[in-house]
Amino acid sequence: MADFVSPSWSLFVAAVTVLGLLACLVLLLVASRRKVMATDNTTGHVWDEDLRELNNPLPRWWMGLFVLTVVFAAIYLTLYPGLGAHQGSLQWSSQAQFEQEQKKAQDALVQTYTRFVSMDAAALAADPQARAIGERLFVNNCAACHGSDARGSKGFPNLTDSDWLHGGSLEQIKETVTKGRIGNMPPMAAAVGTAEDARNLAHYVMSLSGSPHNSLAAQAGKAKFGACAGCHGADGRGNTTLGAPNLTDKVWLHGWGEQAIVNIIQKGKVNAMPAQDKLLTADQIHVLAGYVWGLSNTPLKVTAR
Amino acid sequence: MPAGSNAAAAVAVEVPVRLVSLYQKHEKVQPRTVSGWFQNWRWALVWFTQLLFYGLPWLPWNGRPAVLFELEARRFYLFDLVLYPQDFIYLAALLIISAYSLFLFTAVAGRLWCGYACPQTVYTEIFMWIERTIEGNRAARIKRDEGPWNLDKLWRKSAKQGAWVGLSLWTGFTFVGYFTPIRHLWAESFTLAFGPWEWFWVLFYALATYGFAGHLREQVCKYMCPYARFQSAMFDKDTLVITYDTARGEPRGSRGRGDDLQAKGLGSCIDCGLCVQVCPTGIDIRRGLQYECIGCAACIDVCDSVMDKMHYPRGLVRYDTQNHLDQPSRAAGIGARVLRPRVLAYSTILLAILVAMGASLALRHPFKVDVIRDRGVMSRLGPQGEVQNVYRLQLMNASEQPQRFRFQVEGLPGLAVAAGASGPMEPVAEVGGSQARWVALTLEIPPDKAQSLKPGSHPVAIIVQALDARDARPLGLIKEKTTFVVPR
Repeated sequence: MADFVSPSWSLFVAAVTVLGLLACLVLLLVASRRKVMATDNTTGHVWDEDLRELNNPLPRWWMGLFVLTVVFAAIYLTLYPGLGAHQGSLQWSSQAQFEQEQKKAQDALVQTYTRFVSMDAAALAADPQARAIGERLFVNNCAACHGSDARGSKGFPNLTDSDWLHGGSLEQIKETVTKGRIGNMPPMAAAVGTAEDARNLAHYVMSLSGSPHNSLAAQAGKAKFGACAGCHGADGRGNTTLGAPNLTDKVWLHGWGEQAIVNIIQKGKVNAMPAQDKLLTADQIHVLAGYVWGLSNTPLKVTAR
Repeated sequence: MPAGSNAAAAVAVEVPVRLVSLYQKHEKVQPRTVSGWFQNWRWALVWFTQLLFYGLPWLPWNGRPAVLFELEARRFYLFDLVLYPQDFIYLAALLIISAYSLFLFTAVAGRLWCGYACPQTVYTEIFMWIERTIEGNRAARIKRDEGPWNLDKLWRKSAKQGAWVGLSLWTGFTFVGYFTPIRHLWAESFTLAFGPWEWFWVLFYALATYGFAGHLREQVCKYMCPYARFQSAMFDKDTLVITYDTARGEPRGSRGRGDDLQAKGLGSCIDCGLCVQVCPTGIDIRRGLQYECIGCAACIDVCDSVMDKMHYPRGLVRYDTQNHLDQPSRAAGIGARVLRPRVLAYSTILLAILVAMGASLALRHPFKVDVIRDRGVMSRLGPQGEVQNVYRLQLMNASEQPQRFRFQVEGLPGLAVAAGASGPMEPVAEVGGSQARWVALTLEIPPDKAQSLKPGSHPVAIIVQALDARDARPLGLIKEKTTFVVPR
């Protein structure tokens, strides 16, 4: 009723409702009796030569059902909102019911997760129930980018290898999921120099992982790597604190090959993992992180430790 | 003024304005007890249907009730069958079979369903049996109902109501027993520890049984039942209906035993009125076929017993067809047109659906597979430059034993299931009895093979093989079509 500012609207609607119900009752009573028109239990009218309308009475309890609908309406309108602005004596609202159900679900959730809160990464990865819950959380919240098999795709990291941009411990994974991450590679065109310099540097980067490259160009590019070493380290092994990728492995998040690397060097790249703390509770993130940790730390590796 | 209007005006003056109600007080039908050939059949069917209904939930099968509809888990157990919501087609087929059976039986012999098998008739029969066991036969009941309240009336009425309520509650309990294991429900009933929905359905179904079979009875058939009305659309002149042989019976009238009918100018009907007294819907069959007639054949049995006493031939009221009544001399008799086009059409369709459903159930795989392309990854290059696509497979075990699933692929040269030692991707997946599970599957094509492929979507198929997890017995193959995308 928020659009109807004047309270008289509420009275008007309530009056129409009540009058409507009373009119139904009156109509029921008035229309239940009829004048006798002919002596043979018909209306006396004849259509289409021989069609006549008989009075074929319904059982009386049937009329009782009609009256019951009016009684039901009266009880309903007393208990629940519906009569103008009247809130109903039960004070029921769909929002309150929703909140109540949400609270119930949240309480049940806390119960389910109690067992997992104190577990460490290895225990979570080994617990079948935690894994099953983690898998469902992953499919619903992470698979859209990282893929159902968690192996990612171009721009979205593979979570099943041991290459971690921001660290692969349970705590670090939890931080990544909770707060999100921003990977920022600044455009280095000015610092590196000409297009030729950038090409040479790209070949040097490829040489770091032993990928196919032009060794002459790599030699020439090595001198320019100083511009990269601040983040990626002098040996190109990256830095998880800054989120700088390791350049000596064969993981190419944004594409492999001279052209892809030159593009990144010259134009930079900003890549974002969105924060999940608004969508998931801390307990859920704990179990989810345990599942993600388990993807690259298989049971074999865990037992070996 | 013409003479006709004068007469009408005269009538209008004579008849004072009277009001008549469109609703009438219900008058209870008190049918007389009857026995005979058809009533034995009716009781046989009461026993058959009710032993089935009350007994089936108690029958153990694979450590659970033989028939159990688990609504919350959406698994429907029917003896060895485990049905999923995806098997809804079988329910549709069952309903179509029921419908065509109704059509067929109705076309051949009228309202057989109403008279012999309908729950409304069956429960009314049981409730009336309770009534006459406690309150006595028709005459005693009518006399007591009209008489004043005394101790005898009080205890008999209370005992009847008690028995009705008890049977209704047991019926409601049994009904819920199809959806909750009934032994569990039985244990709960001692402490009245039913859940809210269990309470609701036990009481609701009990109330419906009590109200319909105890009080509403024939009114359900007359005022509520849609079948009752549309069955007449399936009748024709060769349909067997319960009918009074007017030619033989009329003129009706009382007579002494052994009187000469010809001399007195009487038909076979002695006008004893028993056919009206036994009728559960309170009609007079001698007025011809009426929509209230539920085809229970009580009037046939009682009339036959009267004919026997009078030493007349039986069958003054009998199952007969309109055509045979019109031409009684026809040599072929009432069966002459049983195999008419309508009946043949119904039978053929019914048989076809029965065979199709039977074959479909017999050839059914004890598992189901659904393949969905991954929502996130259209296509990607693996570490060695191989082209990879990701799929999610829903594996549904439609048996009660654990199953193991193996995957193969076909459709493109070099296409294979990616070997993934880690991660959620498994080349072999295990699914527990009557469980369903999602599994991620990665397909890949090596770089050299992928180079010769056009970019875009290619049709491929994932072949899923199920094995019994205990003895590795193969359970069948399901081939699911999908697509494999090669990037530009």
